[in-house]
Amino acid sequence: MRHLLSAGDLDRDAALLILDTAAEMAALSDRSVKKLPTLRGRTVVNLFFEDSTRTRISFELAAKRLSADVINFAAKGSSVSKGESLKDTALTLEAMGADAVVIRHWDSGAPYRLAHADWIGGSVVNAGDGTHEHPTQALLDAYTMRRHLRDGTGALEGVRVGIVGDILHSRVARSNVLLLQTLGAEVTLVAPPTLLPIGIEQWPCDVSYDIDAVLPNVDAVMMLRVQAERMQDAYFPTAREYSRLYGLDGERMRLLPEHAIVMHPGPMNRGMEISAEVADSARAVMVEQVANGVSVRMAVLYLLLGGAKELGE
Amino acid sequence: MAAARAHDLRTVLTGDDIARATRRIAHEIVEKAKGASDLVLLGIPTRGVSLAQRIGLAISEIEGIEVPVGALDITLYRDDLRLQPPRALESTLIPAGGIDGRTVVLVDDVLFSGRTIRAALDALNDVGRPAAVRLAVLVDRGHRELPIRPDYVGKNIPTSGLEQVHVRLVETDGADSVEISSAREA
Amino acid sequence: MTAYVFRGVRPYGEAAVDIVVVDGVITELAAPGTGVGEVIEADGLIALPGFVDLHTHLREPGREDAETIESGSQAAALGGYTCVHAMANTDPVADTAGVVEQVWRIGREVGLVDVRPVGAVTVNLDGRALAEIGAMAGSAAAVTVFSDDGRCVHDALLMRRALEYVKAFGGVVAQHAQEPRLTENAQMNEGVLSGRLGMVGWPAVAEEAIIARDVLLAEHVDSRLHACHVSTAGSVEVIRWAKSRGVDVTAEVTPHHLILTEDLVETYDPVYKVNPPLRRTEDVLALRAALADGTIDALATDHAPHPHEHKDCEWGAAAMGMLGLQTAFSVVMETMVEPGLLDWRGVADRMSVQPARIGGVATQGQPIAVGSIANIVVIDPDAHWTVVPAALASKSSNTPYAERTFPGVVVHTMHAGRPTVIGGALA
Repeated sequence: MRHLLSAGDLDRDAALLILDTAAEMAALSDRSVKKLPTLRGRTVVNLFFEDSTRTRISFELAAKRLSADVINFAAKGSSVSKGESLKDTALTLEAMGADAVVIRHWDSGAPYRLAHADWIGGSVVNAGDGTHEHPTQALLDAYTMRRHLRDGTGALEGVRVGIVGDILHSRVARSNVLLLQTLGAEVTLVAPPTLLPIGIEQWPCDVSYDIDAVLPNVDAVMMLRVQAERMQDAYFPTAREYSRLYGLDGERMRLLPEHAIVMHPGPMNRGMEISAEVADSARAVMVEQVANGVSVRMAVLYLLLGGAKELGE
Repeated sequence: MAAARAHDLRTVLTGDDIARATRRIAHEIVEKAKGASDLVLLGIPTRGVSLAQRIGLAISEIEGIEVPVGALDITLYRDDLRLQPPRALESTLIPAGGIDGRTVVLVDDVLFSGRTIRAALDALNDVGRPAAVRLAVLVDRGHRELPIRPDYVGKNIPTSGLEQVHVRLVETDGADSVEISSAREA
Repeated sequence: MTAYVFRGVRPYGEAAVDIVVVDGVITELAAPGTGVGEVIEADGLIALPGFVDLHTHLREPGREDAETIESGSQAAALGGYTCVHAMANTDPVADTAGVVEQVWRIGREVGLVDVRPVGAVTVNLDGRALAEIGAMAGSAAAVTVFSDDGRCVHDALLMRRALEYVKAFGGVVAQHAQEPRLTENAQMNEGVLSGRLGMVGWPAVAEEAIIARDVLLAEHVDSRLHACHVSTAGSVEVIRWAKSRGVDVTAEVTPHHLILTEDLVETYDPVYKVNPPLRRTEDVLALRAALADGTIDALATDHAPHPHEHKDCEWGAAAMGMLGLQTAFSVVMETMVEPGLLDWRGVADRMSVQPARIGGVATQGQPIAVGSIANIVVIDPDAHWTVVPAALASKSSNTPYAERTFPGVVVHTMHAGRPTVIGGALA
């Protein structure tokens, strides 16, 4: 593995290697001395074109626990008011000797471009690109499911997962659909038709407009953040109507099977897609998702940077 | 093992030899530690863990008390990470009582350059502060590159640098034996 | 007197002759070896009327770093063109007589091809107020084609008025059909792939709905409409239907929409970013069939040079458009001629006769016949060439065909009796 750009790039063995490695990383993180010398002398750059404090901190902590040097490069701006171009930024990082670039970008495909345009030689990790993918989020979600479902045996074959919300704009949903399919889970996407991409019937998952019909049949439900601004583009009439039709409140939560967990990639819109009662309930594993994110990102960084660069690339 | 070309496999320890060696090591450990009360055995994956369990069993038979046995994966502490593709991690399992103030016996199958043990000492350092650290190995084949010396040795087997030592154990390989193959230069 | 002889050439791929050109006019189709004049060797090669492009972005004035009228004219001549229509989206916009005259005048000074300026339909392409169409039509440039290309005249009332107004000057409105609300921030064809890649989709309906509206408007006000860069199978159906009703509509297709499909977007390489976007294989096949049966009248390059930095970046930040002049014929060769969809007279029709007619350029698109103005391209259908972006005459290098080997080589081009390209190089 040279880069991590899409959850779809991971075959089953590669995905399981990351998840198993993450489990070992998690065990080591329980010790008093959490730091490992593994990536001493390696430089990891967090290149964030979009604000995402939680993802950036998670990668930063992961890199630091492996003793890498971490540089946070906040290249703020927007596609309208561009600052320095991605290419020039990349060339700068290359000159600084970055071994890996963790990139968050508003533009779908920017990490792929960074990895393939001959601008840099190091590894590229996609930390969320536009409305495309967020593979480490999908990995940490799968990791969390492995810990909670099937008595922690780690087998996700046949596990049923509902993903509810703004699928159209969700990189989390795209990466999860790809990874969960690879791991043998069955995914049902739930959203109003306006928030589902054209051609979704060809995705490797089921689709429903009716959350109440889906909830009784899932082992995990993942609620996606829905931005209230979407209603200005006529995706739904009002926040209230969205919440009533697709939000997860206490009453709906009781439709879930006893063992089912509630997930959310954060940040949550309490009162919109998820009620406070659900967010604070025992089924909710959001806090754990955050902790697992560090372990998964440690695993990814170790597997990308912990060995010799692959030859012939 | 696949790296070995044209082999002349030569058995240097049989299953019985290995059984005798582990039992002797168990006796020596108890004798030197004046009992087994403060001992913790940590095997270095993969075969070191099996050996540690065997030695632990032998000690408990000798002393009549359970000796805590664990595993210490040293992958993340290796100094040759950049020379090979990334390796999958093995489990690290520190016994519930921890290692602080105890005598830790590191157990490995073959002692060669000493670099693995160097990494294990680093790893141990991040786990806690033992009163003492000892080293038990089934085979010492020489060629040390670091000032490391085993406290308990199953068998000293002088080898040439080109030879390879193959340790097979029931737990991982289906049978107990130690063999040497002389890989001739191609 | 200046006399040239294309020795042993085969007009439209038919019997070999010597084409004799005297003082800019074809004076004789003589038996091979008998024509008198300066000989241009063309033994066994094919002569067609010089190509006419209805849709070229020359970027001058304003973005001379991407292309100039001179460099664009060179690329055109090397591509076998003798006339190009320079789109209005320059800086300043070609929305006044002054700008179109300047473009026309520089084109004449360069003298490699006829540069026919296209006038903007609306002031500054803003889609709010009609530009001075009459003044541009009455200028020295004698503009007949009006287009806000790059943007759609989406206001139905304004489009109606434009269609009506150009009738007084024998003009045509060339519509860039793109419903703006359906294509806000659109990046690629909307479909399964855009959903997977997480790109904002540019749905086919955004083009088809505007074309449908406009053919009905053109019918209602009895005016001429030209549909730019038709890119979908649905648009073809709408145009076919409109023509069957007798609507005075013409349409063009670009070379890249005849050969490239949306799956190239998976590389995220902005060299494939173009507007309208690359579509599905079904669309490509429908467009080829429509160009073959005449539903689509003409090939038009939409040659769109962009400086390196506008393509050497992430997809979303990249400019839309690709070079086309020097590769257009080869694409037609590969996608239309070799599969048997067009014969040589068909190529002449779609690349010269029809675009000249639509553009109202009487001096272009004339047959290879005695008395015609000598706008001639000579091609070698059996030769192949490999596209080297840096070697193209354009100041930009954003061709999607880098390293691709194509059939069909433009060997000679003659513009109004003057050789502009001889042996594949500028004369």
